[in-house]
Amino acid sequence: MAKKIDITKHVLVPKHTLVSEAEKKRITDNLKLSGSELPRILKTDPALAGLKAKDGDIIKITRISRTAGETIFYRRVISA
Amino acid sequence: MHAELKKYSDKLPKSLLQEIEEKCPASKIKKVAARVYEEYCKTKIDAGEAVGLVSAESIGEPGTQMTLNTFHFAGVAEMNVTMGLPRIIEILDGRKSIATPMMEIFLKSPFNKGKDIHNIALRIKESILGEFVKEYVINIVDLKIELKLNLEKMGAIGVKHALLIKAIDKSLGKEVTSKEDGEGGLVVKLRGRDEKGLNDLYKIKEKLRSVYVCGIKGISQVLPVKRRDEFIVITAGSNMKKILDLDFVDETRTTSNDIYEIRKVLGIEATRQAIIDEVFKVIEAQALNVDIRHIMLVADTMCSSGEIKGITRYGVVSEKSSVLARASFETPIKHIINASLVGEIDFLNSVVENVMLNQPVPVGTGLPGLLTKVAK
Repeated sequence: MAKKIDITKHVLVPKHTLVSEAEKKRITDNLKLSGSELPRILKTDPALAGLKAKDGDIIKITRISRTAGETIFYRRVISA
Repeated sequence: MHAELKKYSDKLPKSLLQEIEEKCPASKIKKVAARVYEEYCKTKIDAGEAVGLVSAESIGEPGTQMTLNTFHFAGVAEMNVTMGLPRIIEILDGRKSIATPMMEIFLKSPFNKGKDIHNIALRIKESILGEFVKEYVINIVDLKIELKLNLEKMGAIGVKHALLIKAIDKSLGKEVTSKEDGEGGLVVKLRGRDEKGLNDLYKIKEKLRSVYVCGIKGISQVLPVKRRDEFIVITAGSNMKKILDLDFVDETRTTSNDIYEIRKVLGIEATRQAIIDEVFKVIEAQALNVDIRHIMLVADTMCSSGEIKGITRYGVVSEKSSVLARASFETPIKHIINASLVGEIDFLNSVVENVMLNQPVPVGTGLPGLLTKVAK
Protein backbone atom coordinates (compact mmCIF):
# COMPACT_ATOMS: atom_id res chain seq x y z
CA MET A 1 0.00 0.00 0.00
CA ALA A 2 2.75 2.43 0.86
CA LYS A 3 3.93 4.39 -2.14
CA LYS A 4 6.38 7.20 -2.52
CA ILE A 5 4.48 10.35 -3.28
CA ASP A 6 6.14 13.21 -5.08
CA ILE A 7 4.36 16.36 -3.98
CA THR A 8 6.21 18.53 -6.48
CA LYS A 9 3.96 17.03 -9.15
CA HIS A 10 0.82 18.25 -7.37
CA VAL A 11 -1.22 20.84 -9.24
CA LEU A 12 -1.10 23.25 -6.32
CA VAL A 13 2.68 23.17 -5.98
CA PRO A 14 4.54 25.55 -8.30
CA LYS A 15 8.09 24.85 -9.44
CA HIS A 16 10.71 25.60 -6.79
CA THR A 17 14.34 26.05 -7.82
CA LEU A 18 17.40 26.89 -5.79
CA VAL A 19 19.11 30.10 -6.85
CA SER A 20 22.90 30.12 -7.27
CA GLU A 21 25.14 32.53 -5.33
CA ALA A 22 25.84 34.75 -8.33
CA GLU A 23 22.20 34.87 -9.32
CA LYS A 24 21.33 35.69 -5.71
CA LYS A 25 23.27 38.95 -5.81
CA ARG A 26 21.72 39.89 -9.12
CA ILE A 27 18.21 39.35 -7.77
CA THR A 28 18.62 41.35 -4.60
CA ASP A 29 20.33 44.19 -6.50
CA ASN A 30 17.58 44.20 -9.08
CA LEU A 31 14.85 44.40 -6.48
CA LYS A 32 16.91 46.81 -4.36
CA LEU A 33 16.37 44.61 -1.34
CA SER A 34 18.59 43.01 1.22
CA GLY A 35 17.99 39.27 1.26
CA SER A 36 16.35 39.43 4.65
CA GLU A 37 13.49 41.52 3.33
CA LEU A 38 12.23 38.79 1.02
CA PRO A 39 9.23 36.68 2.00
CA ARG A 40 10.29 33.56 3.81
CA ILE A 41 9.96 29.83 3.42
CA LEU A 42 10.72 27.31 6.13
CA LYS A 43 13.63 24.97 5.63
CA THR A 44 11.30 22.14 6.59
CA ASP A 45 8.76 23.05 3.90
CA PRO A 46 7.67 19.88 2.07
CA ALA A 47 8.16 21.52 -1.33
CA LEU A 48 11.89 21.94 -0.61
CA ALA A 49 12.39 18.24 0.05
CA GLY A 50 14.77 17.46 -2.82
CA LEU A 51 16.57 20.81 -3.00
CA LYS A 52 19.09 20.66 -0.12
CA ALA A 53 18.45 24.29 0.74
CA LYS A 54 20.30 25.89 3.64
CA ASP A 55 19.57 29.00 5.69
CA GLY A 56 19.79 32.22 3.72
CA ASP A 57 19.39 30.58 0.33
CA ILE A 58 16.94 32.11 -2.08
CA ILE A 59 14.30 29.95 -3.72
CA LYS A 60 12.90 30.94 -7.07
CA ILE A 61 9.26 30.02 -7.45
CA THR A 62 7.68 29.94 -10.88
CA ARG A 63 4.00 30.37 -10.25
CA ILE A 64 1.28 29.70 -12.72
CA SER A 65 -0.82 32.82 -12.44
CA ARG A 66 -4.37 33.33 -13.58
CA THR A 67 -3.68 36.93 -14.53
CA ALA A 68 -0.14 36.94 -15.88
CA GLY A 69 0.30 33.41 -17.17
CA GLU A 70 3.50 32.88 -15.29
CA THR A 71 5.08 34.91 -12.52
CA ILE A 72 8.32 34.59 -10.66
CA PHE A 73 8.48 34.95 -6.93
CA TYR A 74 11.37 34.69 -4.50
CA ARG A 75 11.50 33.40 -0.96
CA ARG A 76 14.39 33.21 1.48
CA VAL A 77 14.98 29.99 3.38
CA ILE A 78 14.85 30.24 7.15
CA SER A 79 15.05 27.52 9.77
CA ALA A 80 11.88 27.39 11.85
CA MET B 1 8.29 32.66 -30.35
CA HIS B 2 8.64 35.55 -32.76
CA ALA B 3 11.99 37.34 -32.61
CA GLU B 4 10.42 40.72 -31.97
CA LEU B 5 8.43 39.33 -29.08
CA LYS B 6 11.51 37.84 -27.50
CA LYS B 7 12.74 41.35 -26.75
CA TYR B 8 9.77 41.77 -24.45
CA SER B 9 10.07 38.39 -22.75
CA ASP B 10 11.17 39.91 -19.45
CA LYS B 11 9.08 43.05 -19.76
CA LEU B 12 5.61 41.69 -20.45
CA PRO B 13 3.76 38.88 -18.65
CA LYS B 14 3.56 35.56 -20.43
CA SER B 15 -0.19 35.69 -20.95
CA LEU B 16 0.09 38.93 -22.93
CA LEU B 17 2.93 37.63 -25.05
CA GLN B 18 0.91 34.57 -25.92
CA GLU B 19 -2.11 36.63 -26.82
CA ILE B 20 -0.10 38.86 -29.14
CA GLU B 21 1.45 35.87 -30.82
CA GLU B 22 -1.89 34.14 -31.36
CA LYS B 23 -3.96 37.06 -32.54
CA CYS B 24 -1.49 39.13 -34.44
CA PRO B 25 -0.24 38.66 -38.01
CA ALA B 26 3.54 38.27 -38.01
CA SER B 27 4.11 41.42 -40.01
CA LYS B 28 2.52 43.66 -37.40
CA ILE B 29 3.95 42.07 -34.31
CA LYS B 30 6.66 44.66 -33.81
CA LYS B 31 4.22 47.58 -33.82
CA VAL B 32 1.61 45.82 -31.71
CA ALA B 33 4.13 44.67 -29.13
CA ALA B 34 5.47 48.18 -28.72
CA ARG B 35 1.97 49.53 -28.28
CA VAL B 36 0.99 46.79 -25.83
CA TYR B 37 4.10 47.48 -23.81
CA GLU B 38 3.20 51.15 -23.66
CA GLU B 39 -0.34 50.36 -22.45
CA TYR B 40 1.00 47.80 -20.00
CA CYS B 41 3.30 50.33 -18.39
CA LYS B 42 0.42 52.78 -18.05
CA THR B 43 -1.78 50.28 -16.23
CA LYS B 44 0.87 49.16 -13.78
CA ILE B 45 0.28 50.10 -10.16
CA ASP B 46 2.32 53.15 -9.21
CA ALA B 47 4.91 52.93 -6.50
CA GLY B 48 3.40 54.06 -3.23
CA GLU B 49 -0.16 53.15 -4.14
CA ALA B 50 -2.02 51.91 -1.06
CA VAL B 51 -2.89 48.53 -2.55
CA GLY B 52 -3.75 46.93 0.78
CA LEU B 53 -6.37 49.55 1.45
CA VAL B 54 -7.89 49.11 -2.00
CA SER B 55 -7.97 45.34 -1.50
CA ALA B 56 -9.60 45.70 1.90
CA GLU B 57 -12.33 47.90 0.47
CA SER B 58 -12.80 45.71 -2.56
CA ILE B 59 -13.26 42.54 -0.54
CA GLY B 60 -15.12 44.27 2.28
CA GLU B 61 -17.87 45.83 0.24
CA PRO B 62 -19.13 42.60 -1.38
CA GLY B 63 -18.70 41.06 2.08
CA THR B 64 -21.46 43.27 3.44
CA GLN B 65 -23.80 41.91 0.80
CA MET B 66 -22.83 38.40 1.60
CA THR B 67 -24.02 38.52 5.21
CA LEU B 68 -27.62 38.45 4.00
CA ASN B 69 -27.35 34.98 2.54
CA THR B 70 -24.92 33.17 4.76
CA PHE B 71 -25.79 29.64 5.76
CA HIS B 72 -25.99 28.06 2.41
CA PHE B 73 -26.23 24.43 1.67
CA ALA B 74 -24.09 24.43 -1.37
CA GLY B 75 -22.49 21.80 -3.49
CA VAL B 76 -23.36 18.21 -3.85
CA ALA B 77 -26.27 16.14 -2.72
CA GLU B 78 -26.67 15.66 1.01
CA MET B 79 -23.30 17.05 1.93
CA ASN B 80 -23.32 20.48 3.48
CA VAL B 81 -20.37 22.78 3.13
CA THR B 82 -19.68 26.08 4.83
CA MET B 83 -20.01 28.75 2.19
CA GLY B 84 -20.50 32.47 2.14
CA LEU B 85 -19.17 34.84 4.74
CA PRO B 86 -18.49 32.28 7.47
CA ARG B 87 -16.19 30.42 5.10
CA ILE B 88 -14.33 33.58 4.07
CA ILE B 89 -13.85 34.55 7.71
CA GLU B 90 -12.64 31.06 8.45
CA ILE B 91 -10.00 31.17 5.72
CA LEU B 92 -8.78 34.70 6.28
CA ASP B 93 -8.56 34.24 10.04
CA GLY B 94 -6.36 31.23 9.41
CA ARG B 95 -8.42 28.96 11.67
CA LYS B 96 -6.75 25.70 12.56
CA SER B 97 -9.94 23.68 12.69
CA ILE B 98 -12.56 24.49 10.12
CA ALA B 99 -16.28 23.82 10.29
CA THR B 100 -16.60 21.42 7.36
CA PRO B 101 -13.32 19.86 6.27
CA MET B 102 -13.73 18.29 2.87
CA MET B 103 -11.64 16.55 0.27
CA GLU B 104 -11.94 16.03 -3.44
CA ILE B 105 -10.25 12.77 -4.25
CA PHE B 106 -9.32 12.12 -7.84
CA LEU B 107 -8.67 8.53 -8.81
CA LYS B 108 -6.12 7.05 -11.12
CA SER B 109 -7.24 5.34 -14.27
CA PRO B 110 -8.83 2.74 -14.45
CA PHE B 111 -10.45 3.40 -11.04
CA ASN B 112 -12.01 6.68 -12.20
CA LYS B 113 -14.18 5.01 -14.84
CA GLY B 114 -16.98 4.39 -12.39
CA LYS B 115 -16.68 0.63 -11.99
CA ASP B 116 -16.95 -0.35 -8.31
CA ILE B 117 -16.78 3.33 -7.44
CA HIS B 118 -18.99 2.80 -4.39
CA ASN B 119 -16.69 0.15 -3.02
CA ILE B 120 -13.65 2.31 -3.56
CA ALA B 121 -15.37 5.14 -1.76
CA LEU B 122 -16.32 2.87 1.11
CA ARG B 123 -12.73 1.70 1.43
CA ILE B 124 -11.65 5.29 2.01
CA LYS B 125 -14.29 5.96 4.62
CA GLU B 126 -13.45 5.39 8.24
CA SER B 127 -15.44 2.32 9.28
CA ILE B 128 -16.40 1.44 12.80
CA LEU B 129 -17.56 -1.92 14.05
CA GLY B 130 -21.14 -0.71 14.53
CA GLU B 131 -21.58 -0.45 10.76
CA PHE B 132 -20.97 -4.14 10.24
CA VAL B 133 -23.14 -5.41 13.06
CA LYS B 134 -26.76 -6.28 12.38
CA GLU B 135 -27.65 -7.24 15.91
CA TYR B 136 -26.11 -7.39 19.36
CA VAL B 137 -27.32 -10.34 21.43
CA ILE B 138 -26.45 -10.13 25.09
CA ASN B 139 -26.17 -13.51 26.75
CA ILE B 140 -26.72 -12.90 30.44
CA VAL B 141 -25.98 -16.45 31.56
CA ASP B 142 -22.55 -16.72 30.01
CA LEU B 143 -21.81 -12.97 30.20
CA LYS B 144 -20.99 -12.66 26.54
CA ILE B 145 -22.12 -10.65 23.54
CA GLU B 146 -22.95 -12.32 20.26
CA LEU B 147 -22.58 -10.12 17.22
CA LYS B 148 -24.63 -10.88 14.13
CA LEU B 149 -22.72 -9.44 11.21
CA ASN B 150 -23.74 -7.86 7.94
CA LEU B 151 -21.76 -10.17 5.69
CA GLU B 152 -22.77 -8.47 2.45
CA LYS B 153 -21.33 -5.17 3.55
CA MET B 154 -18.17 -6.80 4.83
CA GLY B 155 -17.71 -8.52 1.50
CA ALA B 156 -18.13 -5.29 -0.43
CA ILE B 157 -15.33 -3.54 1.42
CA GLY B 158 -13.26 -6.68 1.83
CA VAL B 159 -13.37 -6.92 5.60
CA LYS B 160 -12.69 -10.37 7.01
CA HIS B 161 -13.61 -11.75 10.41
CA ALA B 162 -9.95 -11.84 11.40
CA LEU B 163 -9.70 -8.09 10.82
CA LEU B 164 -12.66 -7.41 13.09
CA ILE B 165 -11.17 -9.58 15.81
CA LYS B 166 -7.87 -7.78 15.45
CA ALA B 167 -9.61 -4.41 15.61
CA ILE B 168 -11.48 -5.35 18.77
CA ASP B 169 -8.27 -6.69 20.25
CA LYS B 170 -6.44 -3.50 19.49
CA SER B 171 -8.85 -1.11 21.15
CA LEU B 172 -10.49 -3.25 23.84
CA GLY B 173 -7.96 -6.07 24.18
CA LYS B 174 -7.51 -5.46 27.91
CA GLU B 175 -11.19 -5.97 28.65
CA VAL B 176 -12.48 -8.59 26.23
CA THR B 177 -11.56 -11.55 24.10
CA SER B 178 -13.34 -12.28 20.86
CA LYS B 179 -13.57 -15.15 18.41
CA GLU B 180 -15.70 -16.44 15.56
CA ASP B 181 -18.84 -18.33 16.52
CA GLY B 182 -18.80 -20.54 13.46
CA GLU B 183 -22.02 -19.16 12.00
CA GLY B 184 -20.63 -16.02 10.45
CA GLY B 185 -20.84 -13.97 13.64
CA LEU B 186 -18.54 -13.06 16.49
CA VAL B 187 -18.58 -13.84 20.20
CA VAL B 188 -17.16 -11.32 22.61
CA LYS B 189 -16.40 -12.43 26.15
CA LEU B 190 -15.30 -10.39 29.15
CA ARG B 191 -11.87 -11.07 30.60
CA GLY B 192 -11.82 -12.02 34.29
CA ARG B 193 -15.53 -12.70 34.22
CA ASP B 194 -15.87 -13.68 37.87
CA GLU B 195 -15.73 -10.15 39.21
CA LYS B 196 -17.54 -8.56 36.29
CA GLY B 197 -21.29 -8.14 36.03
CA LEU B 198 -24.05 -7.28 33.64
CA ASN B 199 -23.29 -3.58 33.85
CA ASP B 200 -19.81 -4.10 32.43
CA LEU B 201 -21.31 -6.09 29.61
CA TYR B 202 -23.59 -3.20 28.64
CA LYS B 203 -20.70 -0.75 28.79
CA ILE B 204 -18.63 -2.97 26.54
CA LYS B 205 -21.49 -3.23 24.09
CA GLU B 206 -21.50 0.55 23.71
CA LYS B 207 -17.73 0.64 23.31
CA LEU B 208 -17.79 -2.11 20.69
CA ARG B 209 -20.01 -0.02 18.48
CA SER B 210 -17.33 2.62 17.99
CA VAL B 211 -14.29 0.39 17.57
CA TYR B 212 -12.23 1.58 14.59
CA VAL B 213 -11.98 -1.14 11.95
CA CYS B 214 -10.53 0.16 8.71
CA GLY B 215 -10.41 3.06 6.28
CA ILE B 216 -8.84 6.47 6.69
CA LYS B 217 -9.26 8.09 10.08
CA GLY B 218 -11.12 11.38 9.95
CA ILE B 219 -13.14 10.62 6.83
CA SER B 220 -16.70 10.45 8.09
CA GLN B 221 -18.66 10.52 4.85
CA VAL B 222 -17.94 9.62 1.25
CA LEU B 223 -19.79 10.52 -1.90
CA PRO B 224 -18.83 9.37 -5.39
CA VAL B 225 -19.62 12.05 -7.95
CA LYS B 226 -19.27 12.23 -11.69
CA ARG B 227 -17.31 15.25 -12.76
CA ARG B 228 -17.01 15.75 -16.48
CA ASP B 229 -15.93 12.37 -17.81
CA GLU B 230 -14.52 10.80 -14.68
CA PHE B 231 -15.65 9.81 -11.23
CA ILE B 232 -14.24 11.45 -8.14
CA VAL B 233 -14.92 10.91 -4.47
CA ILE B 234 -15.93 13.82 -2.28
CA THR B 235 -15.49 13.27 1.42
CA ALA B 236 -16.53 14.95 4.61
CA GLY B 237 -13.51 15.06 6.85
CA SER B 238 -9.97 15.45 5.69
CA ASN B 239 -6.75 13.50 6.06
CA MET B 240 -4.56 14.46 3.16
CA LYS B 241 -1.42 12.64 4.19
CA LYS B 242 -3.09 9.25 4.46
CA ILE B 243 -5.25 9.69 1.36
CA LEU B 244 -2.33 10.60 -0.89
CA ASP B 245 -0.60 7.41 0.24
CA LEU B 246 -3.37 5.21 -1.14
CA ASP B 247 -2.30 3.56 -4.38
CA PHE B 248 -5.50 4.17 -6.36
CA VAL B 249 -5.55 7.90 -5.59
CA ASP B 250 -4.25 10.42 -8.11
CA GLU B 251 -1.83 12.30 -5.86
CA THR B 252 -1.36 15.17 -8.29
CA ARG B 253 -4.92 16.49 -8.24
CA THR B 254 -6.45 15.43 -4.95
CA THR B 255 -7.07 18.44 -2.73
CA SER B 256 -8.50 19.37 0.61
CA ASN B 257 -10.20 22.55 1.79
CA ASP B 258 -8.23 22.53 5.04
CA ILE B 259 -5.41 25.00 4.42
CA TYR B 260 -3.39 23.86 7.43
CA GLU B 261 -3.35 20.36 6.08
CA ILE B 262 -2.16 21.64 2.72
CA ARG B 263 0.55 23.61 4.49
CA LYS B 264 1.74 20.46 6.21
CA VAL B 265 1.64 18.16 3.20
CA LEU B 266 2.33 20.42 0.21
CA GLY B 267 4.09 23.46 1.62
CA ILE B 268 3.55 27.20 1.79
CA GLU B 269 3.32 27.96 -1.93
CA ALA B 270 0.54 25.42 -2.39
CA THR B 271 -1.17 26.97 0.63
CA ARG B 272 -1.13 30.37 -1.02
CA GLN B 273 -2.73 28.92 -4.12
CA ALA B 274 -5.28 27.04 -2.02
CA ILE B 275 -6.27 30.21 -0.15
CA ILE B 276 -6.80 32.03 -3.45
CA ASP B 277 -8.81 29.15 -4.90
CA GLU B 278 -10.98 28.71 -1.81
CA VAL B 279 -11.79 32.40 -1.34
CA PHE B 280 -12.46 32.84 -5.03
CA LYS B 281 -14.74 29.83 -5.06
CA VAL B 282 -16.93 31.41 -2.39
CA ILE B 283 -17.02 34.79 -4.10
CA GLU B 284 -17.80 33.20 -7.43
CA ALA B 285 -20.57 31.06 -5.95
CA GLN B 286 -22.28 34.20 -4.69
CA ALA B 287 -21.98 35.78 -8.11
CA LEU B 288 -20.01 38.67 -6.70
CA ASN B 289 -17.32 40.41 -8.63
CA VAL B 290 -13.99 40.77 -6.85
CA ASP B 291 -10.80 40.99 -8.83
CA ILE B 292 -8.60 37.99 -8.12
CA ARG B 293 -5.57 40.26 -7.61
CA HIS B 294 -7.03 41.50 -4.33
CA ILE B 295 -7.31 37.96 -3.08
CA MET B 296 -3.80 37.21 -4.29
CA LEU B 297 -2.48 40.11 -2.24
CA VAL B 298 -4.22 38.85 0.88
CA ALA B 299 -2.95 35.31 0.31
CA ASP B 300 0.58 36.58 -0.25
CA THR B 301 0.43 38.53 3.00
CA MET B 302 -0.87 35.54 4.92
CA CYS B 303 1.89 33.28 3.60
CA SER B 304 4.84 35.67 3.52
CA SER B 305 6.38 34.42 6.77
CA GLY B 306 6.51 30.80 5.59
CA GLU B 307 3.66 29.86 7.87
CA ILE B 308 -0.03 30.68 7.74
CA LYS B 309 -0.78 33.94 9.49
CA GLY B 310 -4.43 34.91 9.72
CA ILE B 311 -5.62 38.49 9.35
CA THR B 312 -6.04 38.78 13.12
CA ARG B 313 -4.22 40.38 16.00
CA TYR B 314 -2.36 37.13 16.56
CA GLY B 315 -1.45 36.75 12.90
CA VAL B 316 -0.25 39.36 10.44
CA VAL B 317 -0.96 42.30 12.72
CA SER B 318 1.40 40.95 15.39
CA GLU B 319 4.18 41.03 12.78
CA LYS B 320 4.03 44.79 12.40
CA SER B 321 7.12 46.51 13.75
CA SER B 322 5.34 49.62 14.95
CA VAL B 323 3.75 49.60 18.40
CA LEU B 324 1.24 52.26 17.51
CA ALA B 325 0.16 50.37 14.39
CA ARG B 326 -0.46 47.23 16.43
CA ALA B 327 -2.25 49.18 19.13
CA SER B 328 -4.55 50.79 16.59
CA PHE B 329 -5.91 47.42 15.47
CA GLU B 330 -7.22 45.65 18.57
CA THR B 331 -6.45 45.56 22.32
CA PRO B 332 -4.45 48.82 22.36
CA ILE B 333 -3.74 48.91 26.09
CA LYS B 334 -2.17 45.47 26.05
CA HIS B 335 0.18 46.41 23.22
CA ILE B 336 1.21 49.73 24.69
CA ILE B 337 1.88 48.27 28.12
CA ASN B 338 3.94 45.40 26.69
CA ALA B 339 5.90 47.77 24.48
CA SER B 340 6.69 50.12 27.33
CA LEU B 341 7.82 47.21 29.52
CA VAL B 342 10.49 46.18 27.02
CA GLY B 343 11.31 49.70 25.86
CA GLU B 344 10.22 49.36 22.24
CA ILE B 345 10.99 52.18 19.85
CA ASP B 346 8.59 53.25 17.12
CA PHE B 347 10.34 54.62 14.05
CA LEU B 348 7.10 55.92 12.52
CA ASN B 349 7.91 54.31 9.20
CA SER B 350 4.43 53.31 8.24
CA VAL B 351 0.96 54.71 7.74
CA VAL B 352 -1.23 54.31 10.83
CA GLU B 353 1.26 55.66 13.34
CA ASN B 354 1.73 58.80 11.27
CA VAL B 355 -2.00 59.30 10.99
CA MET B 356 -2.19 59.12 14.77
CA LEU B 357 0.48 61.79 15.11
CA ASN B 358 -1.01 64.03 12.43
CA GLN B 359 1.97 63.78 10.11
CA PRO B 360 2.18 63.14 6.37
CA VAL B 361 1.80 59.43 5.66
CA PRO B 362 4.27 57.56 3.46
CA VAL B 363 1.84 56.46 0.76
CA GLY B 364 1.19 57.88 -2.67
CA THR B 365 2.60 61.36 -3.02
CA GLY B 366 3.66 61.28 0.63
CA LEU B 367 6.20 58.55 -0.10
CA PRO B 368 9.05 60.23 -1.99
CA GLY B 369 11.23 62.81 -0.38
CA LEU B 370 12.65 65.75 -2.25
CA LEU B 371 15.33 64.82 -4.74
CA THR B 372 16.91 68.23 -5.01
CA LYS B 373 18.34 70.06 -2.08
CA VAL B 374 16.68 73.44 -1.85
CA ALA B 375 19.25 76.22 -1.69
CA LYS B 376 18.84 78.60 1.21
